[in-house]
Amino acid sequence: MPPPRPIANGLFDTLPEGPRLRAARCGACARLHFPASATCPYCGSDASTPTLVGPEGRLRLFTVVANRPPGYRGPLPYGFGVVELDGVDLQVITRLTQSDLARLRPGLPVTLVIEPLFTDDEGTAVASYAFAPAAAS
Amino acid sequence: MRPVYIAGVGLHPFGRFADRNLTALGVEAVRGALRDAGVARGGFQAAFCGTVYGGVATGHKVLTALGLSGVPIVNVEAGCASGGAALSLAAAQVASGQHDTVLVLGVEKMPRGMIRSSFFEPWREEAGLAATPAYFALRAQRLMLASEVSVHDLAAVSVKNHRHGVANPYAMYRKALSLEDVLASAVVCEPLRILMLCAPNEGAAAVVVSSRPHGTTPVRIAAAVLCSHLAGSVLGEHTPLDGLASEHVATPTEMAARGAYEMASVGPEDLDLAEVQDTDAAREILSAEELGLCPPRGGGRWVRDGGGAMGSRLPVNASGGLLSKGEPLGASALGQIVELTWQLRGQAGPRQVDRARVALAHTVGRGANACVAILTR
Repeated sequence: MPPPRPIANGLFDTLPEGPRLRAARCGACARLHFPASATCPYCGSDASTPTLVGPEGRLRLFTVVANRPPGYRGPLPYGFGVVELDGVDLQVITRLTQSDLARLRPGLPVTLVIEPLFTDDEGTAVASYAFAPAAAS
Repeated sequence: MRPVYIAGVGLHPFGRFADRNLTALGVEAVRGALRDAGVARGGFQAAFCGTVYGGVATGHKVLTALGLSGVPIVNVEAGCASGGAALSLAAAQVASGQHDTVLVLGVEKMPRGMIRSSFFEPWREEAGLAATPAYFALRAQRLMLASEVSVHDLAAVSVKNHRHGVANPYAMYRKALSLEDVLASAVVCEPLRILMLCAPNEGAAAVVVSSRPHGTTPVRIAAAVLCSHLAGSVLGEHTPLDGLASEHVATPTEMAARGAYEMASVGPEDLDLAEVQDTDAAREILSAEELGLCPPRGGGRWVRDGGGAMGSRLPVNASGGLLSKGEPLGASALGQIVELTWQLRGQAGPRQVDRARVALAHTVGRGANACVAILTR
């Protein structure tokens, strides 16, 4: 089996200490955005600096998707929500590993995971990011 | 700037029409509007066509079928607000004196099922992040947390609009629903049930905009304002989610409403009826809050007090809304304008709102874009 490839370049890194998302902080207005873009979506500056964020956060909003959305290649059902990352002013839209609504609540501590989501037409596993309930919760 | 009037309106029903192509839908609406306006061939100097999924030169195809090309024809895409965008462009041309009469049309044949949008990068689709109803669900959840809205309140909005829609022969669904029907329908994305979501469908609408008052009860476009989102106020490919998850950035609807109220010199208290975006039941409540039809965070109370129902102080979606009519993206905003024109003329039949003099139309959607128009008689 070939090693998994990321679903897109520049979204995340797996460091020895764990997974991180690749955000960027604007050198002009100092705001964070994700995924890292060549231009700041707040002020248009191209002076953004990549910065790794995560892995801990808290669940803000969530739902469960039971019907296959157009183009989606992973398993159903899946959780979907907004996570506010700890320690930085950044919220991300994300898939959630937990799809049981009874186990999701606003404020739930969650942690970033990078995991295989589907296998592409060439037989290569494709990895994407998601958030999972933190172990202690 | 001179006053701008609606000289004529035409509507093709919203629904599914397997045996009619997009051009045929548009032709029916345009013919209706020109006939209503008493505009003969050569009677308009420009045309704007709202469509999202129509493809290349949609407006040209419709007007070519009627031998009405030769004028500038511009196709306008602004998501769910496409028709509103087209109307605002036409109104500006007439107000400025560039043209005396401009035709506006909106046409759509939506693909079935969950809306696929080229807005999203392919990896977002593959990753499951392009699930449109899931975004609606997150917005609904935020509203429920912020405005004391219950799932029963969401169902009540759907019940109201379906009740209104029974009286609208142009609506796709003309069946009254009970709270139990709505609550027991299949969950699409919690908290939204299938009967709390509008169906993408097909339809067409057309409006003739003119510098001259028309008919015994002339309807005036007092404002037609289009706004896009501020930086950080909505999900973009790279922006965070302030618009979805926090409230410190003004939304496109709030900005468009502010501009429209100012331009028309009216406030929410002056409105007699409104047609607002109800892509899902929560969207109608949020629209009511953003447009000032109820206090901020007062949406739950508004629903429980019967806000928006026929016979209330300010009926909302007397047409049945998108929940009853379905949503042909490019046509939906102009469908509202047609409905409100009939209402202001006193031609709305069994769904007529008494003594309607000031009316508001609101659409909002992908972009993000919002359009707010205010019509008066």
